[in-house]
Amino acid sequence: MPIPDRIERTIELAQPPERVWEALTSAAGLGGWFGDRATVDLRPGGMAYVEWDGKDSKVTLTIIVVEPPTRFAWTWGIQGLPATDPRRTYVEFTLTPSGGGTRLTVVESGFAQVPDELIGTAYDGNVAGWRKELAELADYLHAAA
Amino acid sequence: MPRPDPDRRRDPEEVAAAVFAALAEPTRRSILSSLAARGPATATDLASQLPITRQAITKHLELLAAAGLVHAEPGERRRIRYRVNAAPMAMAMAYLAALARDWDGKLARLQRSLDDSPPSAAAAPDMEWRSQ
Repeated sequence: MPIPDRIERTIELAQPPERVWEALTSAAGLGGWFGDRATVDLRPGGMAYVEWDGKDSKVTLTIIVVEPPTRFAWTWGIQGLPATDPRRTYVEFTLTPSGGGTRLTVVESGFAQVPDELIGTAYDGNVAGWRKELAELADYLHAAA
Repeated sequence: MPRPDPDRRRDPEEVAAAVFAALAEPTRRSILSSLAARGPATATDLASQLPITRQAITKHLELLAAAGLVHAEPGERRRIRYRVNAAPMAMAMAYLAALARDWDGKLARLQRSLDDSPPSAAAAPDMEWRSQ
């Protein structure tokens, strides 16, 4: 079974779109359900930073779409690849009124993108990057075993 | 010995499967770790660094080369040297990232946080707006 290029999930929430929008786009919201702390510059082209406790991890989201309270989208790097890697996946949230609540759909796409320049020599000699990737992949495989 | 054509466009899923198969074997992980840490080496070099026979190392190197994880290149005295190639690893990482995103877990936390928190000003009647 192929591993997907695209992940899509839909969830029914009891709260109206305005509240869901707040949870998705505010620093308090993103720093609550998504990470442990966040700062958000909520505009197309703005950046959001999300941090997690206990892990030395912080991600940068580049905000692409801000259409309250119906559509919110960002791009971010692919977990496990170096921060300088040009590949990014696209995450889009769609909020639809449903009864008194909200149907929330999230689609993340772009996992299988493989730019031509990454095939062949681009990574040759990048020993530090290679070692980090190998260690992380080993961790993944170990955790999955 | 079959040699992969480095210019051949490969299906990312095929690449990822080859990477996982190659890394499933501890000896091959040792070989890759050694090449990554110490740089390009021949099968003889590796046999002196690892507790494995040169013949066994050669077999593992052939499999690693077929997966694209090492490139064979001419070395001194007509020996073949092997160097790591991380491009297939990057493709495999992208696949693993798809599995690691865990949107189910994140959305469940979103649902719990909304259910547990009182309605905010955004959803409350206008009269409850207040400056912060």
